Amino acid sequence: MTKVKVDGNEIEVPDHYTILQACEEAGAEIPRFCYHERLSIAGNCRMCLVEVKGGPPKPTASCAMGVKDLRPGPEGQAPEIFTNTPMVKKAREGVMEFLLINHPLDCPICDQGGECDLQDQAMAYGVDSSRFQENKRAVEDKYIGPLVKTIMTRCIHCTRCVRFTTEVAGISELGLLGRGEDAEITTYLEKAMTSELQGNVIDLCPVGALTSKPYAFQARPWELSKTESIDVMDAVGSAIRVDTRGREVMRIMPRINEAVNEEWISDKTRFVWDGLRTQRLDRPFLRDASGKLKPASWSEAFAAVKLALNGKSGDQIAAVAGDMAGVEEMYAMKELLASLGSANFDCRQDGAALDPALGRSSYIFNPTIEGIEEADAVLIIGSNPRFEASVLNARIRKAYRAGGMRIGVIGDMGDLRYDYEMLGAGPETLKELVDGSNKFANVLKRAKKPMIIIGQGALARGDGAAVLANAAKLADATGVVKGEWNGFAVLHSAAARVGGLDLGFVPSGDGMNAATSVKEADVLFLLGADEMDLRNRKAGATTIYIGTHGDIGAHHADIILPAATYTEKSATYVNTEGRVQMTNRAGFAPGEAKEDWAILRALSDVLGQRLPFDSLAQLRAKLYETHPHFAAIDAIEAGDPAVIAQLAKKGGRLGKSAFASSVKDFYLTNPIARASAVMAECSSLALKGYAEAAE
Amino acid sequence: MLQDKDRIFTNIYGIHDKSLKGAMSRGHWDGTKALVEKGRDWIINEMKASGLRGRGGAGFPTGLKWSFMPKEVGERPHYLVVNADESEPGTCKDRDIMRHDPHTLIEGCLLASFAMNAHVAYIYIRGEYIRERYALQAAIDECYDAGLLGKNNKCGWDMDVYVHHGAGAYICGEETALLESLEGKKGQPRLKPPFPANVGLYGCPTTVNNVESIAVAPTILRRGGGWFASFGKENNTGTKLFCVSGHVNQPATFEEEMSVPFKELIDRHCGGIRGGWDNLLCVIPGGSSVPLVPAEQIIDCPMDFDSLRALQSGLGTAAVIVMDKSTDIVKAIARLAYFYKHESCGQCTPCREGTGWMWRVMERMVAGNAQKREIDMLLDVTKQIEGHTICALGDAAAWPIQGLIRHFRPEIERRIDEFSRNAHQAQPVMVAAE
Repeated sequence: MTKVKVDGNEIEVPDHYTILQACEEAGAEIPRFCYHERLSIAGNCRMCLVEVKGGPPKPTASCAMGVKDLRPGPEGQAPEIFTNTPMVKKAREGVMEFLLINHPLDCPICDQGGECDLQDQAMAYGVDSSRFQENKRAVEDKYIGPLVKTIMTRCIHCTRCVRFTTEVAGISELGLLGRGEDAEITTYLEKAMTSELQGNVIDLCPVGALTSKPYAFQARPWELSKTESIDVMDAVGSAIRVDTRGREVMRIMPRINEAVNEEWISDKTRFVWDGLRTQRLDRPFLRDASGKLKPASWSEAFAAVKLALNGKSGDQIAAVAGDMAGVEEMYAMKELLASLGSANFDCRQDGAALDPALGRSSYIFNPTIEGIEEADAVLIIGSNPRFEASVLNARIRKAYRAGGMRIGVIGDMGDLRYDYEMLGAGPETLKELVDGSNKFANVLKRAKKPMIIIGQGALARGDGAAVLANAAKLADATGVVKGEWNGFAVLHSAAARVGGLDLGFVPSGDGMNAATSVKEADVLFLLGADEMDLRNRKAGATTIYIGTHGDIGAHHADIILPAATYTEKSATYVNTEGRVQMTNRAGFAPGEAKEDWAILRALSDVLGQRLPFDSLAQLRAKLYETHPHFAAIDAIEAGDPAVIAQLAKKGGRLGKSAFASSVKDFYLTNPIARASAVMAECSSLALKGYAEAAE
Repeated sequence: MLQDKDRIFTNIYGIHDKSLKGAMSRGHWDGTKALVEKGRDWIINEMKASGLRGRGGAGFPTGLKWSFMPKEVGERPHYLVVNADESEPGTCKDRDIMRHDPHTLIEGCLLASFAMNAHVAYIYIRGEYIRERYALQAAIDECYDAGLLGKNNKCGWDMDVYVHHGAGAYICGEETALLESLEGKKGQPRLKPPFPANVGLYGCPTTVNNVESIAVAPTILRRGGGWFASFGKENNTGTKLFCVSGHVNQPATFEEEMSVPFKELIDRHCGGIRGGWDNLLCVIPGGSSVPLVPAEQIIDCPMDFDSLRALQSGLGTAAVIVMDKSTDIVKAIARLAYFYKHESCGQCTPCREGTGWMWRVMERMVAGNAQKREIDMLLDVTKQIEGHTICALGDAAAWPIQGLIRHFRPEIERRIDEFSRNAHQAQPVMVAAE
């Protein structure tokens, strides 16, 4: 600890603190543009200048100077820092004047207006008039892709975006070209950015130089209602803020959650909101005799369901939960099916070989996302975290950059934004690791905190159970599970999956699993399940789709019951770590669409099997009785590490085919994304290659 | 007056043999091994005793700088980097060392590296210096062939010297920007601390020295720190290469004792001021980045660090730019303002935005197309840049203008008056928006 005096107040701060951090600790506000907690220090905006006693007779950039570099007074007194002297005031005014001389006066048409650092700080630290008589500099706007709009004249060259892409996103796509007052931020060849995290530069940009292209000129920040919620685009469960105007979602922003997403979100999370408006199911539909879907009333739809279920025994009825289903509706679905005498429910559309009966640590990301930073060796099996969990991938990169982390990958995953050792393509490499003939096994063995990440691409296949067992065997043999550390990490790509497994939303006994249900069930409920091939659905059978978008499930449905998306309901989701989180309702579902649990509750009444709750609160009370861990929001109920050793004993034959990621197209993994024009544009760019902008 | 026997650079004009053989005949590479054997503490003490101050402009004591390097080599190797990116307008001393007397520099590299526990020296040479690079490289090759450099050489200290050719950016003469450039990155100054002596080239302890500082080291060590300290005044000791350009009868680069009065310096080496001493307007005594000094103040001033500092200017690189009364002084300083605007790296705000602003106002003042209150505004802008930037280029851009306003405000005001008086005759001039 080091003692420093800030404006006369003596405080003690850790040695590694910068002056800026020490000042904040002491309660003195320091204006800044280039400094950002999660990026390297550039020290180029010069806004954070403070006066240091005993130093040279000029102000010091507080973001770049460590407190331990300060000289103590002649008799060993604590170094003194001043943030409110005339010198500091003059310095701030001077820097602010320089920043503003070439900054356009287009605030009235700037999307950053109202949340602009430059605006705010000019109010607080600037002077009221300009002395600059010359022409202002104009800079050409650059095309950097369909997500980020550039108005480069506004750029103040803080280089946050450059540092973000280089350091966090792991690809040097932006840079500062030229020098002096001709310096410009660009992608060099005016190519679209390719990072899955590029949207974060919009938040990082302290001015309106980089703004959201889909959101351009849509709304002002002060007219939006802000709702804190959770993202369901992947199984990371990033903390988000949903900004709505009226009942329309206008944009989605990240919230800070150190344990999960720090303050980044993926582009799919950020830009999917236009998909919430299009292709929506806003009233019930029934398929008529000619095979066409016709609008119907709720009572007609429920009557049709009743008719379909008439005379069907429990084993002819099945349900499959989709990737974005909340725990509440799965619970209601499960209860409803149980009351109909059916055990045919499944939440694993992809058929992943995960079984909650084995214990929780066999299907969650045991080391936790924050734990990645402690790990010193990682083996990734059949997963492409860059596409399956982009924000989590940034965390792996962070640990990789911090140094000391060895990364091995089984399966051809391409560029993961960090260097790794490609160990092999498929199960035979896993076998080599288990029997120790692959050298990477020693890396894991020697590591203090080794980790094995198993993706759905390795589990959702014929030999999935054998892969899981062999991974557990490897974990057991190399000390991936030891003491407090459990490095066995299953990486999910569906937000609903862990919640479903926790709930036991899997067939028990000789119940039908998802794939069998599609082929054999007479009546099939799809709870937002859109990722299965429904073309081989049993002929003459009834499919009931409860969901939000006109996607694969709705195309094959006979009865459509319109439901609410994650921004339109309060629902519980459990992320890949097993962290229980809850979304909040930011707006109402369109038209006659209802929240999923309410649909199931109303349906149960029509079917004469009334579910024992009348409100969401009552439903949750029932749910928490049987599954108390869902009540602990934002907590992780740790799995029992002994499960891994038991899992290791299970055998099974490994197949031959190579592992592939479960995510084929990052931008189109769910019905909301598939309804989004922005995501479609990103997807076609990514698939067809990033074309250069036309001149 | 410096006698010939006391000259360090005995072939600065290239009239003698430039080869290793010629250099040795003039006493270079003489007893280098013996100097190495005296140990590094002795070398650093002699350098400190000589009072040599860095010849790159800032005048930091060289011996002290060398002593900042870690005493023992840890996990990271030490490096010596020689700053041969001589781009300061008016300065042309390192150039003559490299093309005519390169062996002083190479021997200096070896001794300095030994003193700092470095086995590798990089010489970062200015992009425009093509012939100088050839000459220097040829000299280095000679030394390798003669067994003076390389592994197990005759000097008893394994040494490699590499010449790196810059791309011609002024900012790469700033020591940390030079290191960035040497590492293959964009030449932008680093934040200090950490200083290069701790975290320098490739993150290793590094000392960056000017060519002249290194090149004088062997002679100082051979003849003793006391010998060097016997020239000049206290704290401003030694001999120095001066490069005088501008309105003198014979512009020249020459070696002279420090603290020689300006008048004596010019009369003896440059044949006096063009048109006589009454025709002298002002002098920029240390390369473009120091403030100018008007004639009446400079004539009797000793040319050294402290005396010029007392005149609110500086010795800088001792590149004396002499301007007689035919000079359009406002335009001259405006041209310097353009130079700094052009060479600003664009990293930090005050310099990036301020240099362009200053230049544009200066251009208007050349014509007189300004308000008198803008003179104070301009001065204020220079003060807002000075001391607020990452590197010293901000200061360097501000000082010439401060010097101009300090000494020639009446001239600027006269132009403004003149312009206003004739304003009714002026035709509107169409200026394209930038």
